[in-house]
Amino acid sequence: MKLIDQKTKKIMEECKERARDSGLKFDGESLEYIVTNKDLLELSSKNMIPTLYDYWLDDVKILRGEKIYEIFPDNPYETVINTMPAISFYNDNNPDWMNIMIFYHVLGHLDFFQNNFMFKHTRKDDFCGQALADKRLINKMKSEHGKWVDYAIESTLGIDNLVNYYNNLSKINLPEKIKSSEKIDYYFDIFLQDIIKVSHDKYLEEIERYNQINKKNCKEKESIFFSETTDKYPEFESIFKKHMERKKERPRDVIEFLMENSKFLNKDGNEWIKSVMQIIRNTSMYFQPQMRTKIFNEGWASYWHEKLFLKDERIKGHEVDFAKIHSKVTSLNRVGLNPYAIGMRIVQYLEDGAERGKFSREFEKIREIEKRKNCDKKTGLGREFIFNVRENFNDFTLINTFVDEEFVNAYNLFIVGKRLNPDKEVWEYYIKSKKSEDYKKMLLEKLYHPPFITIDESKTTEDTLYLKHYFEGKELIKDFIPNTMIGIGFLWDGKVKLDTTEVKHDNSKEKIKYQKVIYTLDNKKVSKEKFDLDYETYGEYIQDSLKKFFGNVP
Amino acid sequence: MALKSLDELLKKDKEREKDGFPKKIKIGKFVKPTKGGDKNKIIIIPTVVEEKFIHDDRARSKDFLDEEGRESSGSGEGNVGDVIYEKSIYEDDEGDENGVGSEEGGEHDIASDAYDLGKILTEKFELPNIKDKGKKKIFSRYVYDFTNMNRGSGQFLDKKATLKEIVKTNIGLENISSSNITPENLLFVPRDKVYKTLAKEKEYDSRALVFFMRDYSGSMMGGPASLIVSQHIMIYSWLIYQYKERVDLRFILHDMKAKEVPDFHTYYKTGSGGGTDIATGFKKINEIVRDERLSNDYNIYVFYGTDGEDGNKGGEETKKEIEQMFKYVNRIGVTIIAGKNSSSTMEEYIKTSDFLYKNQELIRFYKMEENSDEDEIIKCVKYLIS
Repeated sequence: MKLIDQKTKKIMEECKERARDSGLKFDGESLEYIVTNKDLLELSSKNMIPTLYDYWLDDVKILRGEKIYEIFPDNPYETVINTMPAISFYNDNNPDWMNIMIFYHVLGHLDFFQNNFMFKHTRKDDFCGQALADKRLINKMKSEHGKWVDYAIESTLGIDNLVNYYNNLSKINLPEKIKSSEKIDYYFDIFLQDIIKVSHDKYLEEIERYNQINKKNCKEKESIFFSETTDKYPEFESIFKKHMERKKERPRDVIEFLMENSKFLNKDGNEWIKSVMQIIRNTSMYFQPQMRTKIFNEGWASYWHEKLFLKDERIKGHEVDFAKIHSKVTSLNRVGLNPYAIGMRIVQYLEDGAERGKFSREFEKIREIEKRKNCDKKTGLGREFIFNVRENFNDFTLINTFVDEEFVNAYNLFIVGKRLNPDKEVWEYYIKSKKSEDYKKMLLEKLYHPPFITIDESKTTEDTLYLKHYFEGKELIKDFIPNTMIGIGFLWDGKVKLDTTEVKHDNSKEKIKYQKVIYTLDNKKVSKEKFDLDYETYGEYIQDSLKKFFGNVP
Repeated sequence: MALKSLDELLKKDKEREKDGFPKKIKIGKFVKPTKGGDKNKIIIIPTVVEEKFIHDDRARSKDFLDEEGRESSGSGEGNVGDVIYEKSIYEDDEGDENGVGSEEGGEHDIASDAYDLGKILTEKFELPNIKDKGKKKIFSRYVYDFTNMNRGSGQFLDKKATLKEIVKTNIGLENISSSNITPENLLFVPRDKVYKTLAKEKEYDSRALVFFMRDYSGSMMGGPASLIVSQHIMIYSWLIYQYKERVDLRFILHDMKAKEVPDFHTYYKTGSGGGTDIATGFKKINEIVRDERLSNDYNIYVFYGTDGEDGNKGGEETKKEIEQMFKYVNRIGVTIIAGKNSSSTMEEYIKTSDFLYKNQELIRFYKMEENSDEDEIIKCVKYLIS
């Protein structure tokens, strides 16, 4: 692994300028390394983060990669990681002209990483540096606790997909405006009414006083208001503080819950395990947005490398080479989903549509198909629109909002089904549906979506941890359940139950039936109990179980 | 940190069990398919499966032929219902997403079949009930034996042959009659003595023919199929190792219909999605044995794996075919993959019939759970051939 030479770095810096001129936004600093296929293999076992902590099974992954490379040599062009400064890796087999194209692709990714809302929490610090510190910490623990560090890592890795990323995200993105003051709310809603039980008049007086101060519209209005209050009710501050401590949001994700409530982890001498868990949890949190923006991110980068490369006069003479590689990367397959291709088509479709004025209220009002087709307002807002979408959408919202009939028809997309033809002894791939709603559903099905599993605290006791899986129509992979539970059992040091739903196997051919299943881990042995469900369809069942979790939503 | 060798890693993996953690590394086989048959390159590859709570995309539909989870994207011309691509069921079934039509065709991940060859090979198993049969095949192997006959002089007097010659001579001399034989009066000449001398002899041997058969219907997909395949890989490896060319192997797959496939690679890679009719498989073997007159020359073994879900509920046909098979077979070893408590249709009809008791030496049943490990598979193999 070595840094690119000065000449190539100069080319990269020129690419950055051109990209900025077209509207992309990213930090100035970046590091580029030339790597061999072997380097890439080793990096891929660490999710491309060179400084990630050591874990013994990574070696197995590398060995596996080497063996497979022996049979099917493979030449990945680039990888870019979302760090500060951004680091990207280039295959040493790439010719120079191709690296220009790849630089543009990488810049597309950087722009996405640094501006999309899903990545906000990754902007704060340098992940590579943090990972290095974590790695050193883990190495130090290994010298003290040996193989038990590996057990702690693997047990936590077994649940690192249940980190409740969106909960984290919603806190970061909560708009300032709607954040009302917790203290004011508590004072008026609870303290005055329930604790002091002031008279009606007194209450109105206080509101009036608050309104007067509020009018002044200065930053310190809240402290001015409370300075008087403290004189009247000296106990308020300490009561409020206690309230806040109690209210401190109870952890909902499994890792955090274990860290706070496992007696085993909180025993003297075991606290180091919590540090390991925190490292795994942070690493997972860091990768969450990447997994949820794959189609959009790759589409965005492909869109930009095409736009910028074709304008670049430095690559004269390589247009045909470019066309070959570009079409290989971004062609829509006859059969099979290519995220680069679909993502790029969506971006193009959005730019074109916004240019024609499609995404507007006026357009929605048009009822005649011909008029809709011919609508072309030449708004000049296409570019602005896609930048806006790039900032505020992820794969799910992108597909759910914009994949419509016009999109599906424009690119001749359809769903491919697969069926057996026993007479010809072949699998037939056939066009199953051309409906846009089916196509959208299929795309959404392919997205990363970890199961929703939380701790049921009402059923969790001193000894037994009760996990509840909120069923969304897919059962969990059964083969993985026992070993994952053994890992949780290690961290909890007691009984673990998993309440989930599985397909009920019977002889009827028509409808799938479901049953409630409870797995129990007791003394390293996993057993399974089945219960019948009273629901006709799983739709009803899902609704009901979600209702139980979120409460009644009208 | 220096990369550890696979042996070191496997050792570490084994040590984990002592601490109560399950093994993580699975050893898989990666077959690089080459055109034209059996010279496939086989590489042993370690695999790590990251076990977590994850959604299972397979279990959405009762109809295994048309699973929701198997839908993919496509583009181009065509109408709903048009078949746009066909792939032989004998090709690998993985990697649809990027395999079909793309340049990397053939780049497939493996079904990581867990098995420990070393373990099974060091066990000394024997095929049971081997009998002298046919001895038809000639091997390039020789032994020395007293087989060459020599008159007058030699190494070892063959008394019986010598007596015969003496009798012949005396009949010629009319010195003997059928009513009156007195050995003392017989005359003999030196050339009547027959000696055996040591000679180089070709060795003829008992041959065995092993049928591997598995149910590859839709209900077998995933776990059950890979368990059966793992088991058959073990038996296969062991046979190849211990009996070398003295064992002939045939491979049968069945769903609603049975068919023979040419080699083990095809046998273990092929998946189907049809219903199940177990009788067809046994019938197919009976037909092969009858048509090729194999039962005179071979010791015949049948290893069969299924989940026992037979579309043909009563199993009358199956029982009839198995009865037929008893006439020539040395051992039938049946493995049923099933849940702990549920009982499959095949199990039911086997239990209710009495031929298990009547033919204890000829047939073995073993029921294995879907999440069985290597040790359980080896236990099963031992039982089937015990």
